[in-house]
Amino acid sequence: MNSVLKPFQILGESALVSLRKLGRANLFMLHVATGFPGILARPRLLAAQMYSVGVLSVLLILISGLFVGMVLGLQGYYVLTDFGAEESLGVMVAASLVRELGPVVTALLFAGRAGSALTAEIGLMKATEQLSGMEMMAVDPVKRIIAPRFFAGLVSMPLLAAVFSLVGVLGGYFVGVGLLGVDEGAFRSQMQAKIDFDEDIVNGVIKSLVFGAIVTWIAVFEGYDSVPTSEGVSRATTRSVVYAAFAVLGWDFVLTALMFGKD
Amino acid sequence: MTFQPSDTTALVSIRGLSFSRNGRMIFDKIDLDIPRGKITAIMGPSGTGKTTLLKLIGGQLRPDSGSVRVDGTDVHRLGLDDLYALRKRMGMLFQSGALLTDLSVYENVAFPLREHTRLPESMIRSLVLMKLEAVGLRGARDLMPAQLSGGMARRVALARAIVLDPMMIMYDEPFTGQDPISMGVLVQLIHDLNHGLGLTSVVVSHDVHETASIADYVYLISGGKVVGQGTPDEVARSDSPWIRQFMEGLPDGPVHFHYPSKDYASDLLGFAAH
Ligand SMILES: Nc1ncnc2c1ncn2[C@@H]1O[C@H](COP(=O)(O)OP(=O)(O)O)[C@@H](O)[C@H]1O
Ligand SMILES: [Mg+2]
Repeated sequence: MNSVLKPFQILGESALVSLRKLGRANLFMLHVATGFPGILARPRLLAAQMYSVGVLSVLLILISGLFVGMVLGLQGYYVLTDFGAEESLGVMVAASLVRELGPVVTALLFAGRAGSALTAEIGLMKATEQLSGMEMMAVDPVKRIIAPRFFAGLVSMPLLAAVFSLVGVLGGYFVGVGLLGVDEGAFRSQMQAKIDFDEDIVNGVIKSLVFGAIVTWIAVFEGYDSVPTSEGVSRATTRSVVYAAFAVLGWDFVLTALMFGKD
Repeated sequence: MTFQPSDTTALVSIRGLSFSRNGRMIFDKIDLDIPRGKITAIMGPSGTGKTTLLKLIGGQLRPDSGSVRVDGTDVHRLGLDDLYALRKRMGMLFQSGALLTDLSVYENVAFPLREHTRLPESMIRSLVLMKLEAVGLRGARDLMPAQLSGGMARRVALARAIVLDPMMIMYDEPFTGQDPISMGVLVQLIHDLNHGLGLTSVVVSHDVHETASIADYVYLISGGKVVGQGTPDEVARSDSPWIRQFMEGLPDGPVHFHYPSKDYASDLLGFAAH
């Protein structure tokens, strides 16, 4: 091989590998989607996954949301008092949370807490031949194992993001009104007047749905596609969190530009 | 009681099967027959593709060429639904047992019934307890897989494999890593289940003596080929040096003890030369 061409060859090869993986991930997703009717027929499978994917993440989300809201309260107060606009603290805190920090930080935390656990669980099931074993028992593991988990992630994310934003607003209120003496009525009324349902809340929910789909998709696919050894599963788990973080931040930019960039 | 591979009563018949992985030939046009109602052993060194062969029979892998017929149907021409229907009639025991780690012993054995039937709970319970009794683990029904020894996990997996009353069972290395007692238990179980339930069994193994003690017919595979076959006695009496080395577990023979290397003395002196 000509040494000048070598870097291009390597680049081309890794591009092909990535494209193949993307193709596999898409086919996989189609396969997962065929499992949705089966989930509706067996709500208990979904409930169990909602518990381990969603409910077990609640405490993390509560604590993180509270602190993020409190920091927003502090930082917002210092900036806004310079302009004599501390009554707008409520809007600032709520808008930051509902539009951005709620969906984004929840998605990042969700990738670390639930996504990594999903990847490791599925990867280990593959490594211990539980998935193969299921296939040999004429049970489709994608429908039986993956689909309920994916669906649970999809449903949990918007709920967790809502909890995060709610607790965050309370944290901002506690710091702003409780500690720093911002007028309570102004905090509330400005927030209620300026936060728009379609513009802010619906867009925030759309974001969290998209992020939920992305994070869970990456998590279950990395687990299912992992090399079935202990090393392979640990790599897949790391990749799951890293890719999910990149994907969430990248898509956040795209979605924000589409949603808020028109006027 | 010599069985001829051309016997028409073969439950599984493999013809001209080739399979390669990452450009490496694992099987090179092999022919193989599994007679009905018998225990057939497939032996060969680690990494020859014994597990791969079972996955080809179960339709989890596709051959490059050749065919695998199970009970008269070509496994790799079936659609997914028909393949799944066929798999309900074939049990497979994975090397690790492959029990579902988040379900109890009872629920593991009940799993195929819950997935494939709408039997009432009382019926499921009777079936599960019957199969657990058959493997001697009725008392362990409430344990979780993590609480089982390796041998017990395999027996639970065996109970699960027979819960749908299949026509055949494939065992992947059932004896590996077992202490002598649980090895003896498993040998006995495979034998008794095969004859008691009228199954056809395929035992993949490199534990020569245990396997030969229950097998009706033995295939030896190595390097992608069937290198020997016959009843255990015939194989044991073979005069092929490779088969003798494998069956008797000799450290050196046609398969060398040493990984290919350069001359020992010059290798040792090589450091001084630098
Ligand atoms: N998923 C896989 N991907 C790539 N190669 C594999 C895979 N599984 C097994 N192999 C290779 O195929 C060969 C046969 O493996 P296997 O059927 O597990 O052998 P055996 O069961 O006889 O020990 C081995 O060389 C192994 O490295
Ligand atoms: Mg093997």
